[in-house]
Amino acid sequence: MNRVAVIDYGMGNLHSVAKAVEHVGDNLQVSVTADEKALLNADRIIFPGVGAMRDCMGEIKRLGIDDMLRRLVEDRPVFGICVGMQALMQHSQENGGVDCIGLFEGNVKRFPENMAGEDGQRLKVPHMGWNEVKQSSAHPMWNNIEDNSRFYFVHSYYVTPVNHDDVVGESAYPETFTAALAKQNVFAVQFHPEKSQTVGLQLYKNFLEWDGVFR
Amino acid sequence: MTLAKRIIPCLDCENGRVVKGVQFVDIRDAGDPVEIAKRYCDQGADEITFLDITASHEGRQTTIDTVRDIAGQVFIPLTVGGGIRTLQDIRDMLNAGADKVAINTSAVKNPDFVREAADKFGSQCIVVAIDAKKVSGEEEPDKWEIFTHGGRNPTGLDAVEWAKKMVANGAGEILLTSMDRDGTKDGFDLALNRAISEAVSVPLIASGGVGNLQHLVDGITEGKADAVLAASIFHFGEYSIPEAKEYMAGKRIVVR
Repeated sequence: MNRVAVIDYGMGNLHSVAKAVEHVGDNLQVSVTADEKALLNADRIIFPGVGAMRDCMGEIKRLGIDDMLRRLVEDRPVFGICVGMQALMQHSQENGGVDCIGLFEGNVKRFPENMAGEDGQRLKVPHMGWNEVKQSSAHPMWNNIEDNSRFYFVHSYYVTPVNHDDVVGESAYPETFTAALAKQNVFAVQFHPEKSQTVGLQLYKNFLEWDGVFR
Repeated sequence: MTLAKRIIPCLDCENGRVVKGVQFVDIRDAGDPVEIAKRYCDQGADEITFLDITASHEGRQTTIDTVRDIAGQVFIPLTVGGGIRTLQDIRDMLNAGADKVAINTSAVKNPDFVREAADKFGSQCIVVAIDAKKVSGEEEPDKWEIFTHGGRNPTGLDAVEWAKKMVANGAGEILLTSMDRDGTKDGFDLALNRAISEAVSVPLIASGGVGNLQHLVDGITEGKADAVLAASIFHFGEYSIPEAKEYMAGKRIVVR
């Protein structure tokens, strides 16, 4: 039995994450929970998130998820998604500045206004839609996923890690930004694998097979 | 690495059934939104939009069940519009598995509803749907007005100003339908799309009037849209999603 817990702190569409995992796995038990015992009993942890950072961090702290995560990452794989990834950084610019969990060194910044693409057309914020992800480092989570595959993004903020070794995937809008981070048992992405059709489902499949510890 | 322009097929549903005919040759049930959504997803559609035209209040539960069924099968973004009136309606749709909701008439009746919705659920899931009609004469500068109830009721609101206001209130995306072009197959109202796309910072979905693949291209190159929405050209099998993408790629538009 592969026990997967999706951390529920009241932010966003957790059911689509759970459904995607159920779609690709056998002999699974998927729970959507914030209960400490349930999280400690899980073999694998998914940490999603949408919405504004201040609200997210407020709930994360109120429920003690920040402390629980620090324990969980010690001995099992953790998959951060979108605002879940951003919350793993030290600080976000959003909502006038919010301190985050700090599992990765670095901050969260907003895309500037009035960006333009190569053809001069205005680039809208949020960065919404399918963009390519370059696998800048090998990682077991990239198994059976072609380099430069397109994943579905929707975000106005992006992470700026201090250690380049933490970066395992990059995209561009129009400047290069970090699309995937990894360190030891943690793998985190800015895009939504549960909305990225075949390649996204493959990523969840890889997560169910990954036993953690990258480097 | 460049963001792709999106192609979005739209399903109009009533009481859980697709009402604008869908004519795939090898589909079991041409009215089943789940089967049709799955088909478009497998063909490479970038998102699905589900517009509920169910009039009765009792029909809402059917719609929620349909959204849940689609979301369990389709792993691309799903937008649900039609009859979104309260924060509870939005919560119901998001819980059922929708990624975004499209708000139209309720935004016109109460612009603060969009602000409340964006504050509560985040701008990324709040699409404001705008139905606009040209009201300026031949010799006058272009002017479009917002209409509700399928284009029957004028509101006196200027479309460009309204779009800006909705974005200021927290809309994360604009779904713009030209009521002059909807159903005509004459192509998008390109001037309308360009005027609004250039006026707002968020992505714009062009809708209304697509009759051929060049219209999709024009919507992006001349209408400056970030995504193009169409119903009948896909439903009636005139063109498939892969054909649309191949054509657009041939015109140097980045597609998935």
